[in-house]
Amino acid sequence: MNLSYLFDAAHWDLSAPGGIPQLILAHLGYVALALLIGTIIALPVGLFIGHTGRGSFIAINSGNAGRSLPTLGLLMLMVTLLGLGLTPVLIALTVLVIPPILTSAYAGMRTLDRGVIDAAKGMGMRPWQVLFKVEVPMALPVLMSGFRSAALQVVATATVAAAVGLSGLGRLLIDGLAVNDYSRVLAGAIVVAVLAVLLDLFLALVQRWIVSPGLTGRDQTRSRRATT
Amino acid sequence: MIQYLTNNHEVVLAALQQHIYLALLPILIGLVVALPIGYLGVRFPWFYHPLVNVCGVLYSIPSLALFVFLPVLLGTKILAPVNIVVALTIYTVALLARTVADGLRSVDPVITQSATAMGYRRLRRLFDVELPVALPVILAGLRVATVSNISLVSVGALIGVGGLGQLFTRGFQLFYLEPIIIGIILSVLLAGLADLIIVLVQRALTPWTRHQHGGGAA
Amino acid sequence: MITFEDVVKVYPGGSTAVDHLSMELPTGKMTVLVGPSGCGKTTSLRMINRMVIPTSGRILIDGKDVSGQDEAVLRRGIGYVIQHAGLFPHRTVLDNVATVPLLLGKTRREARSAAMELLERVGLSAEFAKRYPAQLSGGQQQRVGVARALAADPPVMLMDEPFSAVDPVVREGLHREFLRLQQDLGKTIAMVTHDIDEAIKLGDMVAVFRQGGHLAQFGTPQELLEQPVDDFVAEFVGRDRGLRSLSFDTAADLPVQPVGSFDGAELVLDDAGRPLGWRRDGGTIEPTAGVFTTGDSLRMVTDLAITSPVGVAVRVGADGKAEGLVRHHDLVDFLAARRDRRAAERSA
Repeated sequence: MNLSYLFDAAHWDLSAPGGIPQLILAHLGYVALALLIGTIIALPVGLFIGHTGRGSFIAINSGNAGRSLPTLGLLMLMVTLLGLGLTPVLIALTVLVIPPILTSAYAGMRTLDRGVIDAAKGMGMRPWQVLFKVEVPMALPVLMSGFRSAALQVVATATVAAAVGLSGLGRLLIDGLAVNDYSRVLAGAIVVAVLAVLLDLFLALVQRWIVSPGLTGRDQTRSRRATT
Repeated sequence: MIQYLTNNHEVVLAALQQHIYLALLPILIGLVVALPIGYLGVRFPWFYHPLVNVCGVLYSIPSLALFVFLPVLLGTKILAPVNIVVALTIYTVALLARTVADGLRSVDPVITQSATAMGYRRLRRLFDVELPVALPVILAGLRVATVSNISLVSVGALIGVGGLGQLFTRGFQLFYLEPIIIGIILSVLLAGLADLIIVLVQRALTPWTRHQHGGGAA
Repeated sequence: MITFEDVVKVYPGGSTAVDHLSMELPTGKMTVLVGPSGCGKTTSLRMINRMVIPTSGRILIDGKDVSGQDEAVLRRGIGYVIQHAGLFPHRTVLDNVATVPLLLGKTRREARSAAMELLERVGLSAEFAKRYPAQLSGGQQQRVGVARALAADPPVMLMDEPFSAVDPVVREGLHREFLRLQQDLGKTIAMVTHDIDEAIKLGDMVAVFRQGGHLAQFGTPQELLEQPVDDFVAEFVGRDRGLRSLSFDTAADLPVQPVGSFDGAELVLDDAGRPLGWRRDGGTIEPTAGVFTTGDSLRMVTDLAITSPVGVAVRVGADGKAEGLVRHHDLVDFLAARRDRRAAERSA
């Protein structure tokens, strides 16, 4: 395996337009935008369906339906329809992240302990208080796992943006392939994989920070030890 | 669109055939490989977390990168379909090994313990009790792997072997919508059909899951 | 007979679950292991079929050390019933019950027909055979669990809190059926429970454990109620143990007064001499609270005397004819004399 491209300092020049840092930045830009737009669309829908139980059919089936859409085909369709640019790429990537977020928001809400919600209502919470003070915090672990798998998928898939002429780490793959520079392809593959792992670690930390320890069982080991 | 189909039905059919082959062969191989690996993740608890992490990393390698890079690693030709098969097998194993482990772990310890107390030895307990009980979880994972494999095959078109994906690149290069739309529709239909078949198999194999809310008075 | 010989179980990390336990569970009897949580009763039970391996000491079944036997073979010869029944969700009720016979090499047909018989025996009709466990109520699942444990006709059965996951009414019924079943089968049973009332009701022998895996007392339910060895057992057995111990003596020796009138209340009989009720000062007839025979327990007589409108329990013969009357204070005198007699026996 030839790691020369990856370890060539010239390719890590922060200001170079085709350098790895710039490609990472562009790549992360696509990822962040797709996740943001996808969350804005999918989260309220998933929460609504989960909270009311209406339209569960959509939530259950959107996961598999979304997965079955070939992203490359969708991307090329969008580019052919709308012309080259950021918009068709974002549409294709957003379509990719919506199903896992929607499904997990729904699943997180549906698997809640009904007794707790009953208790919340019984204590006099208003519907929106029940939703935001009880249901959403309790659904967070499931929700976050859906968000994390969406993030992983979109990090890997954003490479296809290069196939329609955009930037991002896919450039290393497509351009390397075009000139038979496998060292460059390898560099692209490694950087994307590392980026995916780092992003997942970061999201794991975020999850730790926003999810109540009472739900994760992190404190249970401690208390169990205390009683015995 | 009908026009395009009648004029090019041989190309479309060949693409579809290749698509099916490229997507499903890895599923079969992947399942056979993932079962023992997943079992090891349960048999040896220390192995579970490394297994999950390695699977996660493997799954996060972009398919395009894997397609391009495997020929270098395996010494195969860049246009050889085996690259796609190996790459998708890796994804399938990454997904299913974890699913098998999670499925086996989800079996209520009360059930495994009562099997042990009744005199089951480890291997027979695995095949008679644990695997059947874990089957719904494993088959759910198989559905995800099958559907995502079918959609991933298309990416292979960027290196020249991609089943229906070749319709995408062809349409993209010629600025021509028909082949792209036909490719997407066929790919989605194929995924839906494969998914349906697994669901039917699941219903036949796990009749007990259909009666979750029975229960009369004592 | 199941024999524990100086058995110790220390878990990795140093906590002692069972501390030098020696006891003998008699053949054909039901021995109940009872105690607060963490007292080592379940660990002790699970050492019998080697689900837990003792740190030291021996466990013998009919003189044979269990540690010398192949685990799987040993377990196929020991029935095992647990709290939520632990039924296999993917198998029908019938196939659940047929499990051990199949493991022992019986044909599917033999195993199934044996299973069918057992289902009937535990009070489940044939229509349940084809159902899956998820379609049964908790009480029904527990019956299937018992049937499954009995399927290979094992001489020894282990039961870990078998009745604690069902509601009290269902539990009452299961208790009754189980006692009837055990009367027919005469298995050597070790059962774990945290419920002392259940232990006293079901057990021929009761082993009371205390925290730290110590055996506090081993004896018949009556011994436990009347002579608890220390404050722990006395407290565990409960404050009303005196009253409950009356369950174990029949009213055979209890002297009765001739049928007649007391303090202006008269026992009214029908033509056949069966009691109808009490009439006070020529008023209407108030029904008796119930009647007892010489086979009933002293506890029942006490209860009748307390609930009767005039404070008198009525004894009848097998034919239902009134034979005699027991008043409150006659009963108290009798119990006091009984207490003194027991104390004299004990010190002798």
